[in-house]
Amino acid sequence: MQQQATETVDRSQMTVSDEVAIQITKMNKWYGNFHVLRDIDLTVHRGERIVIAGPSGSGKSTMIRCINRLEEHQAGKIVVDGTELGSDLKNIDKIRSEVGMVFQHFNLFPHLTILENCTLAPIWVRKVPKKEAEATAMHFLEKVKIPEQAHKYPGQLSGGQQQRVAIARSLCMKPRIMLFDEPTSALDPEMIKEVLDTMVSLAEEGMTMLCVTHEMGFAQAVANRVIFMDAGQIVEQNEPKAFFNNPQHERTKLFLSQILGH
Amino acid sequence: MSDTHAQTVAFVRDTMVEEQEPPLSQSGAYKWIHENMFSTPLNVILTVVSLFVIWTVLSHLLPWAVMGIWDADSLAQCREIRDEIYGADASVACWAVISERWNQLLFGFYPPELYWRPVLAFVLFLAAIAPVLFASVPRKALWFSAAAPFVLYWLLWGGSLWGPIAVAAGFALGAVVMRFAAPALGALAAVLLAIFVPLLYWFTLSGPLAGALNAVIPLELVNVRSNDMGGFMLAMIIGVSGIALSLPLGIVLALGRQSDLFIINKCSVIFIEVIRGVPLIVWLFTASLLLNYFLPPGTNFDLMLRVIIMVTLFSSAYIAEVVRGGLAALPKGQYEAADALGLDYWKSMRLIILPQALKISIPGIVNTFIGLFKDTTLVVFIGLLDPIGLSNAIRASTDWNGIYWELFVFIGLCFFIFCFSMGRYSLFLEKKLRREHR
Repeated sequence: MQQQATETVDRSQMTVSDEVAIQITKMNKWYGNFHVLRDIDLTVHRGERIVIAGPSGSGKSTMIRCINRLEEHQAGKIVVDGTELGSDLKNIDKIRSEVGMVFQHFNLFPHLTILENCTLAPIWVRKVPKKEAEATAMHFLEKVKIPEQAHKYPGQLSGGQQQRVAIARSLCMKPRIMLFDEPTSALDPEMIKEVLDTMVSLAEEGMTMLCVTHEMGFAQAVANRVIFMDAGQIVEQNEPKAFFNNPQHERTKLFLSQILGH
Repeated sequence: MSDTHAQTVAFVRDTMVEEQEPPLSQSGAYKWIHENMFSTPLNVILTVVSLFVIWTVLSHLLPWAVMGIWDADSLAQCREIRDEIYGADASVACWAVISERWNQLLFGFYPPELYWRPVLAFVLFLAAIAPVLFASVPRKALWFSAAAPFVLYWLLWGGSLWGPIAVAAGFALGAVVMRFAAPALGALAAVLLAIFVPLLYWFTLSGPLAGALNAVIPLELVNVRSNDMGGFMLAMIIGVSGIALSLPLGIVLALGRQSDLFIINKCSVIFIEVIRGVPLIVWLFTASLLLNYFLPPGTNFDLMLRVIIMVTLFSSAYIAEVVRGGLAALPKGQYEAADALGLDYWKSMRLIILPQALKISIPGIVNTFIGLFKDTTLVVFIGLLDPIGLSNAIRASTDWNGIYWELFVFIGLCFFIFCFSMGRYSLFLEKKLRREHR
């Protein structure tokens, strides 16, 4: 596990406010007859860093993908930044432009340069002038430490660099919430660190984050809450210390013993 | 580096080995010939047999073509000249038919004093497609490409320039409607309105408007009827219009077939399957014969226009399937990333999905275009004088009765040049895009 990230985290800006960023109540989802998400209740406050863990197939990715409607939920209610997710396309596009998402496989646009990847959505969705969008993009590319790659194509970059570009691309939309869907699962160990460092620095700036990840070091260092899911439901949630040192549910104990045991 | 084996394999090089040429038997033409033609006994036999076959064919074909006679007024005269030069047994081509009927093969029965119009149109056409085909041409030239269809129509058919301008104004009207209606009404309603308003305009206002403008400032060319057009000009008009129109229509159909909206989806599927499931020749007969029954009596709907519409619909069904393949080949992540950034459907299609899907589909699209271009020769069956039709007409004259090969070789060669260049362009484009994106 990536323990080295733990020591140097600056917690001064990591403050959780009372303002509710995401409110999920009694959310249920089915794939056909298969009940993937069962009675999910989750309240995320502004500034929270939540790590979602669990075995594969437990519904963790599906849950965060419901938050920006990449997946549709069939029952219950999701309110993001005060806007309820319904079938209204206007609301969906509004929420999507406020909520950044980083994928396991980066999903950069291979036919556009790094800079174009970053400026596309600000220019076409936010109607930001091109010059300004490019300046913002360069700012965030510097932040993820790859401004020199701006004019290359995604295919010319390593996996870790691509994932950092993907993070910069999301940040260019100035999102209020960031969703991370297993951002390091497709990376080599060396590259995992550079991506996690980027995520840590985001957390240090007080971004509201939901991360589906298996990086327990990151969870311990950055998260203020760890959620454990199994069989489509939230089995246990707690602050990281208590979660790792004193898990309550049998399923959590088994899971932790398996991933931390070696 | 490592000193583990220092005792057992001690070695110090005292002279460096100079760079050397590979052995003669392992380089250059000798190696290539050996490897590719004479590597095994079987290959030796195959090579010898192939060379013999090639030699046999060429030894008959080349003298026939090269010794061909270019200067004669009829087949009979051709034969006389042949008897004089080579003797009566010689088999030589009579290319004179091409030089004598050159204009007819190019323009059909277009009035000779107006030949400058199709020639100018062809030059303008080349200028107009340059910015579409090659990114190195300044992007501003695309405005000329957009205006070109109307100018070309005017040049070829003549009449008043105001007619095409009035029609073009309809497209501008649609764009304006789209631009101002989209924020107020949403994308779908705006698209429908942007289709409906220009249609209304074309059916009501555009005719009188063109007439009125022409009365004020007459800009007229002599009218030429479609019936007078023929030869390669006809093939080009049908082929190029079909290509230019079927690509956008095919893309729309492919998107429709992928759509979640039930009615749009099913309409696209039915359209594609019906059009694709019936031979082109049947559609052409429909265009030339049956369509008249459905149109109000007295309407004279130009046959060439009907053929262009049918050819377009036919190849758009194929394009739709090719593009659908490209769309399906894109990873789902591309759609999701576009969605997650808040791009709406049209923007994500235009900016993310289609550029990639079309790039994948280039070989298939060009393949369809090549097929379409060659299929223009089928119009001979509904009485249009395409090059094949003209070759029949030429043979029907007493001068050239009995001449087959020369005309077919020439027509085949011309089609080959067009189709081969399309194929080469496709390769060029694929290579260029691959280089850019990697």
